[in-house]
Amino acid sequence: MGAWNVLDTIAIADCAFEIHGRDLDDLFATAAQVLADLMVDPQTVARDIEHPLRLEARSLDLLLHDFLSELIFLKDSDQLVFPDAVVSVRAAPPALTAGLSGGRIDRTRTILRADPKAVTFHHFVLEPRAGGWYARLVIDI
Amino acid sequence: MRASSSTSETAASLPVAMKVRPAGDCIWEISPEEKPGMLVPARIYASEALLAGMDAGVFEQVTNVACLPGIVRAALCMPDGHWGYGFPIGGVAAFRADTGIISPGGIGFDINCGMRVLRTSLTEAEVRPRLVALVDALFAAVPTGVGGHGFLHLEASQFREVMVEGAGWVVRHGYGRAEDLAATEGGGCLPGAEVSAVSDRALRRGMDQLGTLGSGNHYLEIQVVPPDGVHDPGVARAFGITGPGQVLVMLHCGSRGFGHQVGTDYLRRFDEAMPRYGITVRDRELACAPFRSPDGQAYWGAMNAAANTAFANRQLITHRIREVMARVFARSAEALGLDVIYDVCHNTAKLERHVVDGRRLELVVHRKGATRAFGPGAPDVPPAYHAVGQPVIIGGSMETGSALLVGTEHAMTETFGSTAHGAGRTMSRAQAKRRVRGETLIREMAERGIVVRAASPAGVAEEAGFAYKDLGAVVDTVHRLDISRRVVSLQPIGNIKG
Repeated sequence: MGAWNVLDTIAIADCAFEIHGRDLDDLFATAAQVLADLMVDPQTVARDIEHPLRLEARSLDLLLHDFLSELIFLKDSDQLVFPDAVVSVRAAPPALTAGLSGGRIDRTRTILRADPKAVTFHHFVLEPRAGGWYARLVIDI
Repeated sequence: MRASSSTSETAASLPVAMKVRPAGDCIWEISPEEKPGMLVPARIYASEALLAGMDAGVFEQVTNVACLPGIVRAALCMPDGHWGYGFPIGGVAAFRADTGIISPGGIGFDINCGMRVLRTSLTEAEVRPRLVALVDALFAAVPTGVGGHGFLHLEASQFREVMVEGAGWVVRHGYGRAEDLAATEGGGCLPGAEVSAVSDRALRRGMDQLGTLGSGNHYLEIQVVPPDGVHDPGVARAFGITGPGQVLVMLHCGSRGFGHQVGTDYLRRFDEAMPRYGITVRDRELACAPFRSPDGQAYWGAMNAAANTAFANRQLITHRIREVMARVFARSAEALGLDVIYDVCHNTAKLERHVVDGRRLELVVHRKGATRAFGPGAPDVPPAYHAVGQPVIIGGSMETGSALLVGTEHAMTETFGSTAHGAGRTMSRAQAKRRVRGETLIREMAERGIVVRAASPAGVAEEAGFAYKDLGAVVDTVHRLDISRRVVSLQPIGNIKG
């Protein structure tokens, strides 16, 4: 799994992160984990639902935007959170297949955190960096 | 003077290399010469201290807004301004309806996030003995936090009706009174909602969330008028506020996942559409389309649909508040005097007519983290407030209180009838969590007489009072500017958070 940290100095009303992955697959999977960790304590979510996902986009950064937007959508539409993801990203033309693993938010046992509204384009970056890939994300809370 | 230099003409050492010159008491202007592409000046309304505390993003973003096609007079930022997406929070900008643009970034993802305040005939002395029971019961009745679902389970066809009718649909189905609508901006229903412009995903995301609070800085609060809290007794009387000790209920929330998805959908759509219109923007979050274009009109229709669901959301929560308080105090909501003082948006675009350079123009007025503040006799001010002006609700932090103000005639000419919406953050959520644990803050607030119930203790820490600007400084500034006038201060005694 890749590395990530919170950025304190941008978007103070919301949550900003930077994520490093050894490759695109790793970065996308880490981004899914970061998002789940923002919403809930992942240890308090069951891993009893598998959710396959296929996405295509015009560019790689939009693919990441759409991937995370889909995870936020599933949180609201079906109360599902997926802390674990195995992602296979195709760079050109940009597309992904993902196997999401997680469960339903159970208000009797899930420790809730923030309720993300959207993935923004604010300071949004996805780019190759030495030794892997880098993304910067700001999530509207 | 350069803002980064320390001269007597600038308020302080600001974190930007732009000339910010004083243009009046609590008014600061950045001229169009400061950034290529600026069509109008940028104006920041702030005391010297508030200006000095603003982050670099405010100056960058408000000047980016000044570059957008069709903008008139100036790009504005209110005293609670801080870094947002595209527009700063606290941003106000008006664009010609015929030649200008509409931008989701000027409205925010939480379309029609707004405030509602209800008065009661109860006093703090009557509420205190049952405060814990009241807050517990409200917390149980109004879903909060991640994955919260409302008590109303609608079919898709019914939710589409809500998109068009707004709070009126909720009242028509027995969850409120006609008077509630009269005390809501736009009567609780903005015209122009277009169901066909809304994606199925938006509908699926938001359909079960009516009557829920959400999280972040959204709250439901029991408040009291403090001993020195009435600043304008005449206007306070018009708002039904009799004096210190009176208990009010304040609500801050928006259009939930439905509005967030509309924002997401159209940000993506406009990002791709802009080249077709020959528009380039300095920040991707400023993605926009000509207001009269098919894309612009589609967003307008979807945005109004989302705004109407936000009115419906606050109306349903109002119904739950009345049910709970009637049960806790064993008196009907009518006997408790639980009447809506006002419900006002702070994340919208509205079609309004304002005078610019001597001409009355139809404008698309974007307010993002800014409150409409129409003065006496202005259109859409409810008859009960015609003589005094529209109530303005400014929410503060959960620890330090909120304020009721009233709109002014001067706001109509100075800020397109707009004022501040809150205290404005000074610290990131992560920084706030490092300074205090949620459980500790909840205990300390209880010791100070404020009962807090929250879906997420970590979320409480993020909303600590020290993470926000001084609300008093914001209210003093808008009062001094006469873009709204101080009426009543309010202090929290009970708080429900997501």
